[in-house]
Amino acid sequence: MSLLAITHYTVTSALGHGRDRHIAALESETSGLAQVRFDTCELACWLGEVAGLDAPLPPELAAWECRNNRLAWLALHQDGFFEAAQSLRARYGAHRVGVFIGTSTAGIHATERAYAEMGTSLPSWFDYRHTQNIYSTADFIKHALGLQGHALAISTACSSSAKVFAAAYRAIEMGVCDAAIVGGVDSLCLTTLYGFNSLQLLSADICKPADTTRNGISIGEAGGFALLEKPTRVKSHLHSLLGYGESSDAHHMSSPDPQGRGAAQAMQRALQRASLNAHQIGYINLHGTGTKANDNAEDKGVLSVFGAETSCSSTKGWTGHTLGAAGIVEAALSLLCMEHNFLPRSLQTRDKDPELRCNVLLESQRAPLTRVLSNSFGFGGSNCSLLFGMNA
Amino acid sequence: MSLASAYVNGVGLAGPGLPSWTEAQAVLRGEQTYAPTELAMYQPSLLPPNERRRASPAVRMAFRVAEEATRECAADTLATTFVSADGDLQIAHRICAALATRERFISPTDFHNSVHNAAAGYWSIATAAQGPSTAISGWDTGFAVGLIEALSMVQIEGLDTLLVAYDLPAPEPLWTQRPLAAPFGVALLLSREARVGTWGRIELQCTAGTETSLDNSALEQLRLSNPAARALPLLCALARRAPSELDFAWIDDTTVRTALIPV
Repeated sequence: MSLLAITHYTVTSALGHGRDRHIAALESETSGLAQVRFDTCELACWLGEVAGLDAPLPPELAAWECRNNRLAWLALHQDGFFEAAQSLRARYGAHRVGVFIGTSTAGIHATERAYAEMGTSLPSWFDYRHTQNIYSTADFIKHALGLQGHALAISTACSSSAKVFAAAYRAIEMGVCDAAIVGGVDSLCLTTLYGFNSLQLLSADICKPADTTRNGISIGEAGGFALLEKPTRVKSHLHSLLGYGESSDAHHMSSPDPQGRGAAQAMQRALQRASLNAHQIGYINLHGTGTKANDNAEDKGVLSVFGAETSCSSTKGWTGHTLGAAGIVEAALSLLCMEHNFLPRSLQTRDKDPELRCNVLLESQRAPLTRVLSNSFGFGGSNCSLLFGMNA
Repeated sequence: MSLASAYVNGVGLAGPGLPSWTEAQAVLRGEQTYAPTELAMYQPSLLPPNERRRASPAVRMAFRVAEEATRECAADTLATTFVSADGDLQIAHRICAALATRERFISPTDFHNSVHNAAAGYWSIATAAQGPSTAISGWDTGFAVGLIEALSMVQIEGLDTLLVAYDLPAPEPLWTQRPLAAPFGVALLLSREARVGTWGRIELQCTAGTETSLDNSALEQLRLSNPAARALPLLCALARRAPSELDFAWIDDTTVRTALIPV
């Protein structure tokens, strides 16, 4: 049963602007990762950088000027999403459309630049509230779309923009809003590059999820959004949120429970919420960061819930790990894969780690696909699994 | 029409001159004069020594109120909603300052503590709670947004939920752009069923209104000094166990109206 109708969606990442570029890149096995230089970063690594972030925001939104909100603005304008959101506002009313946005670092890149420029005080252009603050992205999107309802930022590291679906479902069920704009935006910044490097989780090589030689993540940036409505209030819809599962590892701040118990609980809860069995799921979009610890733990979690047969792969070899945006990026890729009956392989995985027992796809497949589970796990042991379906 | 309701089965509080819920009630009832003395350092009792060493002042503040609110319940079964407008600006400051140096050495501990859900993560580790847990921000209306999110966990998921709202003043130079005058933390244990000694039931609705202020000018000043302190009208009503209707700033001219019904 459909919990929510997904009546529109869009995604922008290193693969390009909008959905078509994403499915094309998946089908042609073209990664968006490259050895490019970001800002003044001197670390050897591969990045998933979004092109086209040079244009300033429109004057009426200039207070929110920063890389993260430029990315949000760019992403809002792909696939006719902005117009669809306006139409949603017209149908439900500006007060009745909620905004639920995941981000891990919002516009902290602005603060990094301000500190680098700082003499005795912060430069006059710096605006903490509209850039660095974790709520700034949700606030920006609410203003950009002329909405006047419930709005919040969810920031649970790399599960942030998966959890927005669960929060929106609850708010709609409770009657706080009638429809929702959910999504996530995270942009490149020195904090995450040097931070993951300090934890020895940033790979100097291109990330290789599930490969024997994998040694860390490649960081990417992305933005994506979806419109969610009650199934009873739409005439027809192609995609549905069927289930979601949230859990906590209760294990460690920056490494997953090696047994994958928290991950398994999130997946199990998503299946329960949807009243589905494991064998009814056609493909799992893994969190699959490409660190030893994540891929091992997730493998155990998937194995305990699904066994070793369900097709699965990580798409982070294409986009990089987009951190707080990973949930919405992989939600969008899950929906695209269903539309195109396409099960993507694990990109850059040449030699699958024999310790991993799940059915990680080493070749992409074309097959009917109507139900997909997407995993997002974050620091602090924050797990979220989403279950999407497509009406046949 | 009420959107959701829950029993307030536990309360935690910390702010200047209000070192704990237990000690603050007489002040909140108006029986004692409010004197905003500085809060003493707090050592979380639930954190293992390793994590206690690594915990930042923001995490300590969240634990301080969360531990008090859950003293009489099994914390491992609770869902949690952590609300902070700003997250940990002391850590953001240290990281941005380090990135402005030639060496750019970021402490690994600072980096993993910099996530907005640091307190939520430490809390789940400390209590072995594997349920849903979230970390959100709603800028200065975060307390109302947090009430909605936590009550939705109770109402829609059927889970007893711990709501923790906290914010600390930023260090300079960020303080000039976000001048919170005081640290503040509040925790509410929101449950489906009343326990013996419950503080009452709250019912939420979203309605036209203006936010409730406090008559006591010193407490009113505190209320406005920190987004988490916007909870003070509810705390005063809970301390009095008085039937009340309180409006919390939410969006423009609409508030989250919270009715307190003593049991």
